[in-house]
Amino acid sequence: MVTAPAITVSGLSKHFSGKAAVNAIDLTIHHGEIYGFLGPNGSGKTTFIRMLCGLLTPDGGSGSCLGHDLVREARQIKRKVGYMTQRFSLWDDLTVRENLDFVGRLYGVRQRRDAVTNTLRSYGLADRAEHLAATLSGGWKQRLALAACLLHRPQLLLLDEPTAGVDPTARREFWEELHRLSTEGVTVLVSTHYMDEAERCHRLAYLADGHLIVHGSADDIIQTAGVTTWVIQGATAVHRAAFAQTPGVTELASFGNALHVTGRDAGCLATHVPSQARALGLDARLAEPSLEDAFVYLMRRHAQRPPT
Amino acid sequence: MSFSLHRFVGIAYKELIQLQRDRLTLGMIILIPLAEVFLFGYAINSEPKHLPTVVVMSDPGPAARAYVEALRVSGYFDIKGTVDEREAEALLDRGDVQFVVTLPINFHRDLVRGLRPTIILEADATDPMTVGSALAVQSGLRSSSSLLRDMPASTPDGTPPPFDVRVLRHYNPEIISAYNIVPGLLGVILTMTMALMTGLAMTRERERGTFENLLSTPATPFEVMTGKIVPYIGIGLVQVTLILLAARYAFEVPIVGSLLLLYGVVLLFIATTLSLGMTISSVARNQLQAMQITFFYFLPSILLSGFVFPFRGMPEWAQDVGSLLPLTHFLVLVRGILLKGAGPALLWPHIWPLFAFMAVVLLIGLKTYRRTLD
Repeated sequence: MVTAPAITVSGLSKHFSGKAAVNAIDLTIHHGEIYGFLGPNGSGKTTFIRMLCGLLTPDGGSGSCLGHDLVREARQIKRKVGYMTQRFSLWDDLTVRENLDFVGRLYGVRQRRDAVTNTLRSYGLADRAEHLAATLSGGWKQRLALAACLLHRPQLLLLDEPTAGVDPTARREFWEELHRLSTEGVTVLVSTHYMDEAERCHRLAYLADGHLIVHGSADDIIQTAGVTTWVIQGATAVHRAAFAQTPGVTELASFGNALHVTGRDAGCLATHVPSQARALGLDARLAEPSLEDAFVYLMRRHAQRPPT
Repeated sequence: MSFSLHRFVGIAYKELIQLQRDRLTLGMIILIPLAEVFLFGYAINSEPKHLPTVVVMSDPGPAARAYVEALRVSGYFDIKGTVDEREAEALLDRGDVQFVVTLPINFHRDLVRGLRPTIILEADATDPMTVGSALAVQSGLRSSSSLLRDMPASTPDGTPPPFDVRVLRHYNPEIISAYNIVPGLLGVILTMTMALMTGLAMTRERERGTFENLLSTPATPFEVMTGKIVPYIGIGLVQVTLILLAARYAFEVPIVGSLLLLYGVVLLFIATTLSLGMTISSVARNQLQAMQITFFYFLPSILLSGFVFPFRGMPEWAQDVGSLLPLTHFLVLVRGILLKGAGPALLWPHIWPLFAFMAVVLLIGLKTYRRTLD
């Protein structure tokens, strides 16, 4: 059986005081997919997510979410969606349990008490059940927020930068949980700034200025960018200037003792980069371009596009 | 200890910029003093004149007419017409008139015969301040020249004609201000706390970012509004009970009317004020604005409702503004029930305005409730 996609939008737009925050985006997300949203601050990720869960009304285009029309059936969508806001938005002056209980009531969760107790246990919140939400640390707040938006067993999770300010261990656990949910058929749309998180997504979309610049799997995106990266071991800031002048180089990025030299013209780079490295007494090695290299290149190309 | 002029000017300038962008605060800064000047300067008149008065004319003779005319000329009594005794009592009960003047049968004849007939002047003394000066004026009336000229049987030596005026103060015979103030406080305290608490309730959500969470759930505006109103009804009832206990046992204010009716009216008033609070919080962007709007409403409520100053002492336009405020009607209702023992039929003219106010305010509230973050 072929099921309809979880989310399809076409030409979806939203303007704030005349400026497009989201500009005619077409996108399809399938059931059970973990879909990553990347892009700089102000690129329209949050606006897009808010339109999906009925918090903002699109002013152009159309779309459906879990089989419901985005504009006309926002209420039905809200019942089936779990939305985790960018900023912690549960009630600071309620305890962990009270927060879950309140959210459970709002969604009309059946056997609420049991559901809350189970959730507290499975998210390791049982020990902190009676703590005020305000007193939790960032990682625990995030865990509570995730637990709260899963309490009503949503079919779609919308997560707006859920791991900002969370330590690596907690982030790793968080992503394990997302993958577990994904195998259960829950669709996840998650925005992030972290490249390692982007690589954990099934598919990705990169937004800039409200435009969808590129989308696909991580490999697809690296292919699309078509960049070549050379890694120069032992290069320091002193050597940067020399490589910046080298023909074919469009991007330089330092990683510890190594310098990543990226460009689109593979042939040109192969001719000039190793010889430049040798001239400086350094060693150059051809590497797999990373997702970040690809994004940085695509960002630059987007910024330099002719004005429309 | 160093003071940098640069920093100081920089900070002051920044404050000015912020103030200029905060239109509401700016409006309040200007409007509050203006409002106070106007209210104190024009509206509040602690010597109320033109108080509505009806006459029960048992003797339509020239002497009686001369007396009524003298009352009118004094400027304190606004003679609304002549009615019979029963209607006069009803008018006084409803608070439609402040005074009833009863001229006895055979007033003219007894006056001529030197039998010292007695005129009865009944006053609604619920608010002692309202009637005080009018009563003082009338006692000096007997020696006024117009009355002396028009009275038929001026004694040869020019002394006042021999008649008596008996003043009957109804509802608050001992002229105790607490009788007036304490029931009034009921309304003022409810207005303040109910409007403010609910006003803050919603804006707090918005300020803390929890509103976004609330909006993303299936909860409807009506659910959110009523859900936030109901707990405060309980708080309001507790406040009322405390004030009533204090009124009864600390100030010995009589509770003449039905407690059930009183609580019914109180519930209506609480609901009205809470609806206003919810609407304020839908309109205001943050807690500070909600507080400012509440005070903006509170000020005229106190000054123009008849709580601080006699309602009838205000010029007509101020009375018109006052009539739009729920507190004005609530004060009449509470005083009517507590001090006069008035029943629902008599009070209806002050009950429906509360319903009307609530309906309008709730409608605005539901219209302005933001269902989305647009």
